[in-house]
Amino acid sequence: MTMTQAVEPLPGPTADAAVSVRDLTVTFDSDAGQVVALEQVTVDIPAGGLVTMLGPSGCGKSTLLRAIADLVEPSAGAITVLGKSTSEARQARDFGFVFQDATLLPWRSALDNVRLPLEVGGKASTVEAAGRPEDLLKLVGLTGRESALPHELSGGMRQRVAIARALICRPRVLLMDEPFGALDEITRDKLNEELLRIWQETGTTIIFVTHSIPEAAFLGQKVLVLAAHPGRVRELVTVELPHPRKLSMRDTVEFIEVTAHLRALLESC
Amino acid sequence: MTSLSDSATVSAVERKTRARRRAWNDRLPPLLAVVGIIALWQGIISVFGVPTYIAPTPGEVVSTLVSQAPNLWKNFVPTALESLTGFFFGNLVAILIAVAFVHNRSSERAFYPIAVFINTIPIIAIAPILVLIFGNGFTPKVIIAGLICFFPTLVNMVRGLRAVSPQTLDLMRVLSASKTEVFWKIRIQSSLPFLFAALRIASTTSVIGAIVGEWIGSNFGLGALIIEATYNFRSPLLYATVLMAAAWAVVLFSAVSFVERRLITWKPVSEH
Repeated sequence: MTMTQAVEPLPGPTADAAVSVRDLTVTFDSDAGQVVALEQVTVDIPAGGLVTMLGPSGCGKSTLLRAIADLVEPSAGAITVLGKSTSEARQARDFGFVFQDATLLPWRSALDNVRLPLEVGGKASTVEAAGRPEDLLKLVGLTGRESALPHELSGGMRQRVAIARALICRPRVLLMDEPFGALDEITRDKLNEELLRIWQETGTTIIFVTHSIPEAAFLGQKVLVLAAHPGRVRELVTVELPHPRKLSMRDTVEFIEVTAHLRALLESC
Repeated sequence: MTSLSDSATVSAVERKTRARRRAWNDRLPPLLAVVGIIALWQGIISVFGVPTYIAPTPGEVVSTLVSQAPNLWKNFVPTALESLTGFFFGNLVAILIAVAFVHNRSSERAFYPIAVFINTIPIIAIAPILVLIFGNGFTPKVIIAGLICFFPTLVNMVRGLRAVSPQTLDLMRVLSASKTEVFWKIRIQSSLPFLFAALRIASTTSVIGAIVGEWIGSNFGLGALIIEATYNFRSPLLYATVLMAAAWAVVLFSAVSFVERRLITWKPVSEH
């Protein structure tokens, strides 16, 4: 709520930035030669903030998120997460990741899926610092469904389990790659509201990739708009809506002005 | 109130009878088909006067099953043991090789063609070779039963161990999981449905393997009994022996299906 100062691209990593991206370029080899997915991207994500990333397909928003998560190797430039390299941050469990599909293990109950991060990647310190799986299921509103198998849960419930799993090691940063993209609109609206509640309860920095303009505007304190071919930063838009936000705010003039601005940016990409 | 609860009880009873009737209706057609075929078999033999040494009547087969019970049992035990042992070792070796293939691509490139080549040789042609090498005891029969299980399990297990979505592997990388952890936490479970598809095939083919092994230079087992009964025109005994072999294959198949149902309680999640 106090994160309203404009974050301009800065020469060095900023102290209060949870994630700091400097001149990031990512290229892929394809049949048609080298494809530039991201070019010279520089952005700071403030600690405790909620930044959404919006852009047309091919703008590299998922690639940017995956580079932060150490799933994609940068071709040039640097990323720091809480002042560490991405691979150090990954090993320290500084970030959690939520994929578009819930990616639950179908043979594990909801509770055992949430517990998975405590069983692999072997670091005693992360396990000690972790929350209790039961508490996390409660946080995402799934108390009573602990022993349900994934196929017995709805798509929205599965995504709640995935969020609980991503939060179990109390990460300082939560990376979300179109997590609600496959859900129906009603479920998606509900989960948007719940995500804001979880964000405020946990104080986690959230970076949220979406291709939905209303979702980006409703969730984000800031919306990072990316342009395609090659992927680059178009604008970092600040959304001046007070928190806690309610779904009804989407009918206000202020919200519609923001979405209109975002739409205009996307059309000029 | 009472009338309401009464009607509820009535509907519960009604539902139960309806469920029972439905179960009966499901079982009736296959039962009728079996009874029909047996009646047709008996009918054809009576009408055309087929002699017993060419084809026995169902009644003759049943009475042989009873009168020859000790003889049939004596020959059933070795065949059952051979097929079980072959089933166990053939699948075990296939699973271990599949694990090696998945962990080491070059071992797959080196040995997969050999596995395919061995699979292309008809099992009936391998049997004499193995009998020459290992004599006419248990060993060649077990090897043949194992060999016949081996290939389907190898192919399915390799596919199963690889049937992990890229996103799940991404998840495990975010969690800094080791290759060993991915294997024990993900790959093994993902492979189970594929493995059991192969085991169901292997459960019946292992019996075929043991019998084929017994056809060549053996004086025990259901396979040897089949040969002996054929040469002596003891067709009721031949039919009884075939029936025993088939029943054993059904037992193995059911056992595999039972374990599968107990082990795989989950269903794949269909996203979207």
